[in-house]
Amino acid sequence: MSTATHDTKREAPAKPTTTVGKAADYLDQRTSIGVAVKEFARKVFPDHWSFMLGEIALFSFVVLIISGFFLTMFFEPSMALTTYEGEHPATMHGQLMSVAFASTLDMSFEVRGGLLMRQIHHWSALIFMASIVVHMMRVFFTGAFRKPREINWIVGILLMILGLAAGFTGYSLPDDVLSGNGLRITDGVVKSIPLIGSFMSYMIFGGEFPGHHIVPRLFTLHIFVVPGILLALIALHLFLMVLQKHTQYPGGGRTDKNVVGYPALPVYVAKMTGNFFMVFGVLALMGATMSINNVWNYGPFDPSPVSAGAQPDWYMLFLEGSLRLMPGQGTEWVIFGYTLPLNVLIPAVVIPGILFTFLIVYPFLEARVTGDDREHHVLDRPRNKPARTGLGVAFLTAFIILALAGSNDLIATHFALSINAITWVFRVLFFVGPVFAYWVTKRICLGLQRKDRELVLHGHESGRIVRFANGEYIEVHTPLDDQERWLRVNFEAPAPLAIAPKTDARGVKRKGYGADKRWQGLSRFFYEDRVSPVTPAEVAAAHSHGEHDELSGSERQAVEAGAGTTSREH
Amino acid sequence: MKALAARRHHRLAPVVLLLLALLTTGGVYAALAPSTAKAETVSTADIETGKKLFQANCATCHGANAEGTDGVPSLVGVGAAAVDFQVSTGRMPMQMNGPQAEAKPPQFDAEQTAALAAYVASLGAGPAIPTDEQVDPTQGDPSNGMALFRTNCAMCHNAVGAGGALSEGKFAPALWETSERNIYQAMLTGPQSMPVFNDANITPDEKRDIVSFLVEQREGSAGGNALGALGPVSEGLWAFVIGLGLLIGAAVWIGAKSS
Repeated sequence: MSTATHDTKREAPAKPTTTVGKAADYLDQRTSIGVAVKEFARKVFPDHWSFMLGEIALFSFVVLIISGFFLTMFFEPSMALTTYEGEHPATMHGQLMSVAFASTLDMSFEVRGGLLMRQIHHWSALIFMASIVVHMMRVFFTGAFRKPREINWIVGILLMILGLAAGFTGYSLPDDVLSGNGLRITDGVVKSIPLIGSFMSYMIFGGEFPGHHIVPRLFTLHIFVVPGILLALIALHLFLMVLQKHTQYPGGGRTDKNVVGYPALPVYVAKMTGNFFMVFGVLALMGATMSINNVWNYGPFDPSPVSAGAQPDWYMLFLEGSLRLMPGQGTEWVIFGYTLPLNVLIPAVVIPGILFTFLIVYPFLEARVTGDDREHHVLDRPRNKPARTGLGVAFLTAFIILALAGSNDLIATHFALSINAITWVFRVLFFVGPVFAYWVTKRICLGLQRKDRELVLHGHESGRIVRFANGEYIEVHTPLDDQERWLRVNFEAPAPLAIAPKTDARGVKRKGYGADKRWQGLSRFFYEDRVSPVTPAEVAAAHSHGEHDELSGSERQAVEAGAGTTSREH
Repeated sequence: MKALAARRHHRLAPVVLLLLALLTTGGVYAALAPSTAKAETVSTADIETGKKLFQANCATCHGANAEGTDGVPSLVGVGAAAVDFQVSTGRMPMQMNGPQAEAKPPQFDAEQTAALAAYVASLGAGPAIPTDEQVDPTQGDPSNGMALFRTNCAMCHNAVGAGGALSEGKFAPALWETSERNIYQAMLTGPQSMPVFNDANITPDEKRDIVSFLVEQREGSAGGNALGALGPVSEGLWAFVIGLGLLIGAAVWIGAKSS
């Protein structure tokens, strides 16, 4: 990189002639940066559009930082009271409000480009979280979390949780009624924690809700602490990705020991730049044309009003739904004068706790029940891991049902339904839906695997019926090419764990047998139903039935020319 | 003065004084008391037409003399405003039984509606149809209307009147299309699940402020498409549909480029 020169003789490196070349040479002589650039420029990345989902998250984070920087220039994180003197919007003129809310209005209506920046910032936050979730789905369903990437999976989950924290702290800053409602729910959730809840609430709000401290505190968290940790973890996330090399989809020639793809320069630098401009462009377009979080609709915060359709941003909607689904009667217990509000504790603390725990432990759980200690760099096709795919879809189903339950009032008004009926349906679906989704997904996966087996063994149906001289009819099948076959046979279908017998040779009960037995039970849940990949022997057997003993070269050519037969349907 | 003073011991003087006092009290009361039922310019002919219309279209449920039947309210004393609201928005006559009577294209023209209102108003005093001035949004204060709306109305109708759900399939309708007069009448008469906001609760001027606030909302958002003014759920939905849709489309496109 450092020598941007023409073809020169090796023994005498020529002096760079262009300006860029000279500048690069100057830098290289002082920092030896050429070594690093050479390394990165030649680094090979595998090619697939779904590997760009994480990039969308990264680039929306960049947009968040840039637009957020602009907003901090005008936002005043103060809960002091003021009267709004601005003319726009007319509905806010003369209202008593906090300085934070007034500065948000001022930023939106007086600062040039302020509203655009606010909207870009908010849309970016929604897209940031959405792309993180979609990226996680890609990683989960393709098994990219397996060794050696479990740590990076956890870093990713921390990034998602920090994304939630960033969204929540930012959402509460303008000090409008809706964000105040959200804070009030947070206050209630914190207070529901046994023993320490009330004290924690007083600590967070600096006294009883809402107090005078929460906006400046959230501001510091939002612009300093949370993005700081986010940046550090993003750096770690990317560093680990480069260090461990990127995973690749299965295909001919791709193994756990190589990376098949293109060099970073010029291919991926160009693609990433293109993607960055796409993300920036789409976010700017959304910010310019679609209004978001019109705080003046809700007005300055006042603890008394709550409007219909009060909901959090989409990534918090599952919590709202969880709270909405929880029956209130009989779930608030008073024990020795201490209130245990299970109607808040279970939906707002236990349920999200279960969801996040599942995400964190899953890679380790799967490795344990598979008995798998090897490195994996080739991704799984989702169908080849039916239990994992089923569990992932079950998880998403639970998440989506909770999010829909959080929107139950809007579903009721837009589809002319009874909100009570919807709530009951979701209460049942929350338990039944994931189980059903798991079962259906697993069956679909197994079905697809069997179809793969069928294809590998018998080839594609050609639709051509041939009649032999003896009157027999057969349909001609075209065999798969090498790439197609590789994709369908190169996977593992592990069997459930085999465990040592209950007693040793002398009939003494083995220590740890009970635990092994339980792990085996879980392993059966994962791998009892499985479709094994086609073995070469099976291919040979499939081709040898009937009168065609084996696939000779001439026959294959004839088939490819569309004139012969290789196998038959029975 | 002397002549008057001379007669103050007349035996009829207390009676005259009493009459005067009564007249004054009555007069002051008539001048100051909230005037609920203004009969305005209703002719008996209107009332007759209204009665005929009522008996043909409403009496099945509300009773021959609007006295109400089992589960159907009496209309004696609901006033012209209630009739005008229900009939001019098409809610009455009701199309079918359901969680609540829904708005539909009105079945009667303005003249027939006025006749019906006159007939029902003649049955007993009730709130009258507001005047154009009372509902003129340009005379209201939208800022005060905002404060009143979010304290009294937003919990059902949404912060800017986009509507919201109530229990068992009932709902508070969106107010984008509702006429100023109908908004005022709804507050005055409390149709269906809605509570009555009488003039002591929210004064006529304040009602006009609320109307003014709601009309202000119809201009749309300064930020672009309002996305139904439904808040974060619709924003999240569009973030996925438009934002992530475009970006994943772009990723597929870029991914397909070099290879």
